[in-house]
Amino acid sequence: MTELADTATIIGDMVSELAENISRSGHANPAIVGIHTGGVWIAEQLHQQLGISEPLGSLDISFYRDDFTRIGMNPVVKPSELPFSIDNRHIILVDDVLYTGRTIRAALNELFDYGRPASIVLATLIDRGGRELPIQANVVGRHVELKDDEQIKLSGPDPLTLEIQKTV
Amino acid sequence: MSRDSLQIDTNGQLRHFLSISGLNRQLLIDILDTAESFAGVTEQTVKKVPLLRGKTIVNLFFEASTRTRTTFELAAKRLSADVLNINVTQSSASKGETLLDTLRNLEAMHVDMFVVRHADSGAAHFIASNVAPHVSVINAGDGRHSHPTQAMLDMFTIRRVKGPDFGRLRVAIVGDIMHSRVARSQINALNLLNTGEVRIVAPRTLIPTHAESLGTHVFHDLQEGIKDADVIIMLRLQRERMQGALLPSEHEYFELFGLTEDKLANASPDVTVMHPGPINRGVEMDSEVADGPRSVILEQVTHGIAVRMAVMSMAMSPRDTAAGQPHAG
Repeated sequence: MTELADTATIIGDMVSELAENISRSGHANPAIVGIHTGGVWIAEQLHQQLGISEPLGSLDISFYRDDFTRIGMNPVVKPSELPFSIDNRHIILVDDVLYTGRTIRAALNELFDYGRPASIVLATLIDRGGRELPIQANVVGRHVELKDDEQIKLSGPDPLTLEIQKTV
Repeated sequence: MSRDSLQIDTNGQLRHFLSISGLNRQLLIDILDTAESFAGVTEQTVKKVPLLRGKTIVNLFFEASTRTRTTFELAAKRLSADVLNINVTQSSASKGETLLDTLRNLEAMHVDMFVVRHADSGAAHFIASNVAPHVSVINAGDGRHSHPTQAMLDMFTIRRVKGPDFGRLRVAIVGDIMHSRVARSQINALNLLNTGEVRIVAPRTLIPTHAESLGTHVFHDLQEGIKDADVIIMLRLQRERMQGALLPSEHEYFELFGLTEDKLANASPDVTVMHPGPINRGVEMDSEVADGPRSVILEQVTHGIAVRMAVMSMAMSPRDTAAGQPHAG
């Protein structure tokens, strides 16, 4: 197992890039939504460091997965909480690792069942490539090259650590 | 195959949902937790998740029902399944077709799940032991035997109001225990969740003979039975199932066993009053109680949808867990 760069440093980089993204777009006061579980940890950090006034949202995309018919119900589904109206809102969607793109597809579908956002920006801590869908992040903490038999795992929430592991 | 193993597959997952007995504590908690997540779907603008898209669910009702059938239908629709309601009392059965033939014909239409209500105890078990391997069966009430989704929505309601520790709760089930499949399932579920004390309160004629062996304390006096109770579950008087003179009159029943604000003073100050519906006002309880601040009767109905979504989606989860891990990233 290899330990990666300090997670706090990567999040710091994401904060500056997101701040720039927000000021460039002119979308003042966006809402941050994290995807369970790792994405929520990252979203909490971004939410605090960007000084966002809207409460933090969280999504559990289990009910929107495309592999339910193959693997069934996730035994630990948490309720999604979006404590604000999605309609006409600028959303920053946050996940820990961007890989196949299927989780983001599910998250976008779930968001649209809550309303019609004005815009969605995707921010991920890690982009490890390997996309199976045409989905890209707007803000990426780090790009990481991984072999097929490797995976990257975020542990947390305190401390947040990244590890590259061999898949069994 | 024994009745118990019919419900659970070799991986310990729900395959059919036929009765509370035969299930373990963890599975009940999994159902409640999953239902808690589904409760949030109601807050969405689009009150629907795509989990069971393309699946066909048949509500096979051999006995009249409004609340149960409607909430099963809504649950299935919120899971994006296609739903058919078949009221068998008005169709083939009256033309002489056997239950098995009705079943085979529906299976030939590629149905994925049957939700079954039947006046005979064991009907859902019978259907579950005769369906094709990919088909799941949910018991929506069979005779006097079992009504497991009603029991689970009651547990869900109790947990929401009183918190997850059933060990500190005193729960009194009042009324027609004898004819009640709801009471049987509730008692099983309350015991599995380690409820502090489960009481049943009824006239001697409405208590089954083996009542003590259910793990309950039996009371024949309402005031004693609800003393310091945290939860009171009132049952409907099932006149249609009563044979012979079990009760002198509804009026006398109300005098002795009907719940009123006065009698509630004996219970815990923050007592919660429940009823599976439909209520006979002025027989099981006063309107003042049914519509009062302690009543969660309408919440029970709402919770029925989330609990039924949980049970349906868990039973429809694929059996082959060798297929892999959830998708990453």
